Amino acid sequence: MSAHVPGLPNASGAATSWDAVPGHVETREGHGEITIVVEAATLVQACEHLRDTLGFNFMSDITATDYLGWGRAGVSGYLGLPGGRNLNEPMTQGYQRLPEPKPKRFAMNYHLLALRRRDARRLRVQVWLDDGEPVPSVIGVWPTADWHEREAWDMMGIRIEGHPNLVRILMEDDWEGHPLRKDYPIGGEPVRFSNAE
Amino acid sequence: MTLAPERPLIYEGSRIPSRVPTILEVASELRESEDILEVNFGPNHPSTHGVLRLVIELHGERVVGLAAVIGYLHTGFEKNMEQKSWWKAITYPERIDYLAFQNNELVFVLAIEKLLDLEVPPKATWMRMLLCELNRIHSHLVWLGTSGLELGAISMFWYCFREREQILDLFELVTGYRMHTRYFQAGGLAEDIPRGFYPECRKFVERMPGAVDEYERLVDRNQIWLERTQGVGLLSVDDAIALGQSGPVLRASAVDWDLRRDQPYLAYDQVDFRVPVYRHGDVYDRYRVHMDEMRESTRIVEQCLDRLENMEGEPWIADDRKVVLPPREELHTSMESLIHHFKIVTEGYRVPEGEVYVPIESPRGELGCYVVSDGGPKPWRVKFRAPSFVALQATATCLRESLIADMIAIVGSLDTVMGEVDR
Repeated sequence: MSAHVPGLPNASGAATSWDAVPGHVETREGHGEITIVVEAATLVQACEHLRDTLGFNFMSDITATDYLGWGRAGVSGYLGLPGGRNLNEPMTQGYQRLPEPKPKRFAMNYHLLALRRRDARRLRVQVWLDDGEPVPSVIGVWPTADWHEREAWDMMGIRIEGHPNLVRILMEDDWEGHPLRKDYPIGGEPVRFSNAE
Repeated sequence: MTLAPERPLIYEGSRIPSRVPTILEVASELRESEDILEVNFGPNHPSTHGVLRLVIELHGERVVGLAAVIGYLHTGFEKNMEQKSWWKAITYPERIDYLAFQNNELVFVLAIEKLLDLEVPPKATWMRMLLCELNRIHSHLVWLGTSGLELGAISMFWYCFREREQILDLFELVTGYRMHTRYFQAGGLAEDIPRGFYPECRKFVERMPGAVDEYERLVDRNQIWLERTQGVGLLSVDDAIALGQSGPVLRASAVDWDLRRDQPYLAYDQVDFRVPVYRHGDVYDRYRVHMDEMRESTRIVEQCLDRLENMEGEPWIADDRKVVLPPREELHTSMESLIHHFKIVTEGYRVPEGEVYVPIESPRGELGCYVVSDGGPKPWRVKFRAPSFVALQATATCLRESLIADMIAIVGSLDTVMGEVDR
């Protein structure tokens, strides 16, 4: 049985400096997971740096997240905190404290893995986007990004720039809207074949 | 053990199609020859393991063009989970991959626990591990049975489903349900392990290795099986990693990687098991990995049983009244418990703000769960990294230059569950 994954760099052992990643904005750590935020414009260079220099050769997943209405429910209780108590929101009696505000509406999360037998590490690369703001495709860095990026477009309406085949993947080609957006109502999909031709 | 002849090692370099990595495009000189036949396969076909549609272009018997079309089983699980309180949302993940329900349930529960910083009692951890391994055997049995069926080994199906039935009986004994058990709660298990489970499970553990030998006797010296599986559906090391493959597909392509051993969760660092790795990257090696994993999983189940039998009377769920339902009998005597019960059942518990990505080794590979919480009683965003979704991206590479007759074997060997692909 092979002792290591072939074709992979060995672990350096030294602490990694995330500042060297092109377009690096900030580094966060929480629940034992490292998140680095990078700028959208230089995402591809950042990813190439992560893959070639730091050994993140395996991409697990891409997740697009919509933060529209983040923290909207206000704070619960009667202590005169902002927003007060919103009793109109079903199932919601407010937060115990307001969540941290987010820089922009959408976040693209790239979950990476340095696949090697010793010192395998994970990393989340985060890019913040406004509605309609494009993000470059990383399909040239990790081919597995193909369907993940199509899903981000289909479900969240993230504009991926440079993807050779950016068409809907889960919904039909003529579907209207992007279902996982927060302003897309649940149960709001059109009923098909309901009108006589 | 096998009569496999010497096979050449896997190809070097990359076979990933160039423009779009998941679409095999017909070469222009072939396109002009007008000798190309376009065939639509699926979405409703017994051998697509669900509703997968493949648009195939043939030149003679050779596959020269291929595009996979998915989405026929899209049910909006992730959207629905955003509308449910945390503890109600646990019901959904099991239905995403309906063959690996315990594993799917586990990954979401682990994500909640990670956000809550909740400690789980050892009895629950070991029972979760036991059930997940039984579930792995169950999933592999269905894979082996249906893939065998598709390649003409019909009796395989009946033998595999005989053992599968036993596993489902065990699930029923523990949880009351045969599938979609919803037995894991944030904090531990929903109920204590019932009396009589251990002896029944022991019977299964004693039986299973012999059953795997039996399957091997059915197909491993079968010339038809060998010729239909060996040397087809090739995937090299570099291509497998570039395409994000995981689980048995990755291990059949000579990558020695298993999350249970390399990034252990639950108590996998305390059990002894072997990770099977094969180096030809073909359908046969994927079959070998599945067979070996069934044996190894049986060994893990046995080790879990050894531990669990000494844990009689220990708690099976964490004692955190803000998250875990109080014991039923307390509701009649304790006002506190009644309030906690009411709060959890009506509003649900709150999970602190944060984001986590939890990966586990499901029967199909790396199953990841990315969860964002805003501090409220409902998840803000749930996303599953479905191993089947990623595995299907390899169809174009695996099917390149193969014969149409091998297509069923190759697509089957990627072990996809369409519920998980489309979510």
